[in-house]
Amino acid sequence: MVRKSTNQKAWLLVVPVLLLVAFNAFIPLMTVVNYSLQETFGDNVFFWEGVTWFEAVLRSERFHASLLRQLMFTGMILAIEIPLGIAVALSMPRKGPWVSVCLVLMALPLLIPWNVVGAMWNIFALPDIGLLGYSLNSMGFDYNFTQQPVSAWMTTVLMDVWHWTSLVVLLCYAGVCSIPDAYYQAARIDGASSWAVFRYIQLPKMKRVLTIAILLRFMDSFMIYTEPFVLTGGGPGNTTTFLSIDLVKIALGQFDLGPAAAMSLIYFLIVLLICWVFYTVMMRNEEQ
Amino acid sequence: MLDLSWMAWTWPTAAFFVALVFSIMVMGVWEKYSPGGDPRRGVFGLDTTRGDRLFISWLGSGFIHLAWLAFFSTPLWGALALAIGWFVFVFKKV
Repeated sequence: MVRKSTNQKAWLLVVPVLLLVAFNAFIPLMTVVNYSLQETFGDNVFFWEGVTWFEAVLRSERFHASLLRQLMFTGMILAIEIPLGIAVALSMPRKGPWVSVCLVLMALPLLIPWNVVGAMWNIFALPDIGLLGYSLNSMGFDYNFTQQPVSAWMTTVLMDVWHWTSLVVLLCYAGVCSIPDAYYQAARIDGASSWAVFRYIQLPKMKRVLTIAILLRFMDSFMIYTEPFVLTGGGPGNTTTFLSIDLVKIALGQFDLGPAAAMSLIYFLIVLLICWVFYTVMMRNEEQ
Repeated sequence: MLDLSWMAWTWPTAAFFVALVFSIMVMGVWEKYSPGGDPRRGVFGLDTTRGDRLFISWLGSGFIHLAWLAFFSTPLWGALALAIGWFVFVFKKV
């Protein structure tokens, strides 16, 4: 008798997940692909349009503008959150009773739902009654995030930094804590400066977790919707309309299902590419 | 009978998904008769299995078609030729 080296019956256990994914991912995605090539005026009547919508989206200034805003936003929050996260992680205590206090404090913002964060910052930053808005105005700054693009951007970036720097901190802290004391002792014997300790001991040891942090923050911020939607609603004008907010405006505001479907597929391909890069980089780090 | 008219199926989109599923099935058959074995290191310094290469091929051809559409508009025959070339390149060299 031929002996089977593996029991293939376990695959049956995957069937429920497959069905679930088919319902909530494959079927909607297939529908989006179908919509992206057609025009509809409702009532399930469709007209073939070919790749018109894709071409229109790829050449539309509106799409370019929201993609650019999206990249700028992602770039800005990464440029702030990563160095800030490293700095906070390095200044956190590594022994003693304060460790748990710091960790809990750091984890708190991560536990708050996105829409609540948006609502909190909306009220916090209101120029007439909010603590931040009122204080800034009474100090003589002209600050109104509902009317000035710069204020709106500042508030959105600040909100994201407030919400997500903790994630970078916690990841970096885990990296720093995994460094054995012997490294620091060796550095002390060599008379290394604190910059040298950071550059040649802490930073290399943090490389793995830092890659994860950067890629996670990149992906999350690239798909951000709820927080800026609740805070600014994409305004004033279109100045904080990021990709996902623009997509919802086209699909549900204007009910242009064809262009919205084409745009979401382009968006999906970009996210898929980033996911793949994320996965590849992570796997490489595992090997090292 | 289940009413699926809201999914707005057309022949070209159905053909696309059939091609996608077919490519995965071909990979299965290929793997059964001639196993691909361990990942290999290609020209980009990536360790890829056959499945990885199929994914890279499909994703890449998506971007090739989008880029062609953005720069040269329709018809997309040129993009299709490039995408087939990309498939061959990825399966042979990456």
